[in-house]
Amino acid sequence: MRFIRSHILICSGSNCQLRGSLSIMHALEAELIKKGLYQEIRIVETGCLGLCEKGPGMVVYPEGVMYTRVTLADIPEIVEEHLLKGRFVRRLMTQPADGEDKLTPLNMSPFFIKQKRVVLKNCGLINPESIEEYIAAGGYQSLAMALDQYSPDQVIQIVKDSNLRGRGGAGFPTGRKWDFTRRAEGTEKYLICNADEGEPGTFKDRLIIEGDPHLVLEGMSLAAYAIGADKGIIYVRGEYDLSIKRLEQAIRQARESGLLGRNILGSEFSFDIDVCLGAGAYVCGEETALIESIEGKRGEPRLKPPYPAQAGLWGKPTSVNNVETLANIPSIIEHGAEWFRSIGTATSSGTKVFTLTGNVVNAGLIEVPMGITLREVIMEIGGGIPGGRQFKMAQTGGTSGGCLAEEHLDVPMDYESLSQYGSSLGSGALLIMDDSHCIVDLTKCFLRFFVHESCGQCTPCREGTAQLYNIVDKISKGRAAGSDIDLIEKLSRTMQISPLCALGQTAPIPVLSAFQYFGPEVRAHLRGTCPAGICNMKGALANADS
Amino acid sequence: MKSMEELKLIRERMKVTNGARHDQRQTQIVIGMGTCGIGAGARNTLLAVMNELTLLDLDNVSVTQTGCMGMCEREPLLEIRTIEGESYLYAHVDAERARRIVANHVQLGQPMTQWIIKRGQEAERWANEKRSLHLSTNPVD
Repeated sequence: MRFIRSHILICSGSNCQLRGSLSIMHALEAELIKKGLYQEIRIVETGCLGLCEKGPGMVVYPEGVMYTRVTLADIPEIVEEHLLKGRFVRRLMTQPADGEDKLTPLNMSPFFIKQKRVVLKNCGLINPESIEEYIAAGGYQSLAMALDQYSPDQVIQIVKDSNLRGRGGAGFPTGRKWDFTRRAEGTEKYLICNADEGEPGTFKDRLIIEGDPHLVLEGMSLAAYAIGADKGIIYVRGEYDLSIKRLEQAIRQARESGLLGRNILGSEFSFDIDVCLGAGAYVCGEETALIESIEGKRGEPRLKPPYPAQAGLWGKPTSVNNVETLANIPSIIEHGAEWFRSIGTATSSGTKVFTLTGNVVNAGLIEVPMGITLREVIMEIGGGIPGGRQFKMAQTGGTSGGCLAEEHLDVPMDYESLSQYGSSLGSGALLIMDDSHCIVDLTKCFLRFFVHESCGQCTPCREGTAQLYNIVDKISKGRAAGSDIDLIEKLSRTMQISPLCALGQTAPIPVLSAFQYFGPEVRAHLRGTCPAGICNMKGALANADS
Repeated sequence: MKSMEELKLIRERMKVTNGARHDQRQTQIVIGMGTCGIGAGARNTLLAVMNELTLLDLDNVSVTQTGCMGMCEREPLLEIRTIEGESYLYAHVDAERARRIVANHVQLGQPMTQWIIKRGQEAERWANEKRSLHLSTNPVD
């Protein structure tokens, strides 16, 4: 086989594609041909490198030099200087040079050094459209090993021992969920991969699928083997064009290679996967609404119990797992439960993939060990707040998560610690806001989303979200009284216990936390002033009781 | 696919192609590609190195280029850095010398002493010095 001296990995995740990474790839190809270097260098499309805000990004190996914000005009220089003469194009580089002006390796740059990549281990390193590259990176070894050496019960036991909890938001222990499904009566069982990522600001599942679709398929196969399902469904958002394309392509490749279908790897185990497209309703990320949607009905949550593990899709026992949860499974089987528990904290094992958005320098995709502090994530990996502004608020867990203030920057990011402060890891969205934003205005935005997305089936959610919005709207216009704040509190407590599903139950969380941690700012609105100068106070009423 | 054996075969086959995608944790061949190097025929040296690596089916090697090392009259210069951290700098490496260096030094571990002008830590330190000098004169935005 011909010796290739350099591989250029170009991010073809959807964020970088929107910034033109594909035309850059074609221009690079043309330039290499022009300079007669085409036979020596390989261009590879790869998954998300993480620095979405600075896209399009590319990494040149073997040096491991990362270039960001590459434009078409930069291509001749990269080819002439770096690929021909070996001189790095420093103005496009992200990693700093250390004291002696020597290059810091890619994996030592501040953006990567604090990260721990388990789910994203191949993301940005392999071509997601090639099953051979996935296999070369150790792919499908865990499946082969499990089919060869472990019984389904043993697989469940390993996952239980690993302490892996669901990464979609609720954090239910995965091993227990599988155990319930395995023990449920009936021979026909289903495995559903929930890729209906609807939380605003969350795009981790999308980038995991785009960067390493076979990892998700392998995780699904292992899950199906454990629970005894021979049919899997990936419920993915209809807008995720590239995810759908890569999933369908990966499924086709796996079928052709005999890694999906009948008697996988010569064993008794048979399993196949279908892709089912969602139509964009936020509530369909809730597992029972999702199941209703697959069955062709209107996406509304079911009354629980029975849980899907007893009666799910078509009334059969079903396990619904998030993309990231499933993407953890091959590594857990490969390295063992103890290895997984050694990452993270005592009660929250493993890593968490976050999408870092808002007022932060390195907005993008990161994977960090559980228990890392918000400060490390925002100030070190995230590179701090841009434009010389001050940090104001971080909302963890997406729009249904809590709003944390500066005093919470040292809270460890794990299930237990965040819930102590009324927040959660949720879906892995991290929204960072600087001091130019008004907390009341932000809260109003969050609530408008819930009003729009409430499916309307149960009253506390349908009416509750609308009333919460109305009251906060009143506050933002300076027309509220102190009693309105009490009303929000009361309404929120009711909503946290009465709706059918988590949509309504979690909708008050951003409001409650914002009002608790930013009390003085909220109360200023009762006096007709918005400290950040965002809210329009023209019609404000003077209030004595604030 | 019928078995784990076949998975292993694909893995082995792909190792060669993916060899370049590592952060320099293998034997490195560094070729001087400054204007002086190119003028002295360093492109031919590079192509000869790659041809020989292909012929000998060596995949645990990385090939990179570097700028002017400050010894223009001895170009093309070629440096071998082993995993153990040993460094050997060869001078006047034309295509023929390049082939023999790859075959003897890289494959068999037998340095071609007659063409080596610096070796050991000294050569590495010297090369690094030159490299950082070169980097620091590059315009930085």
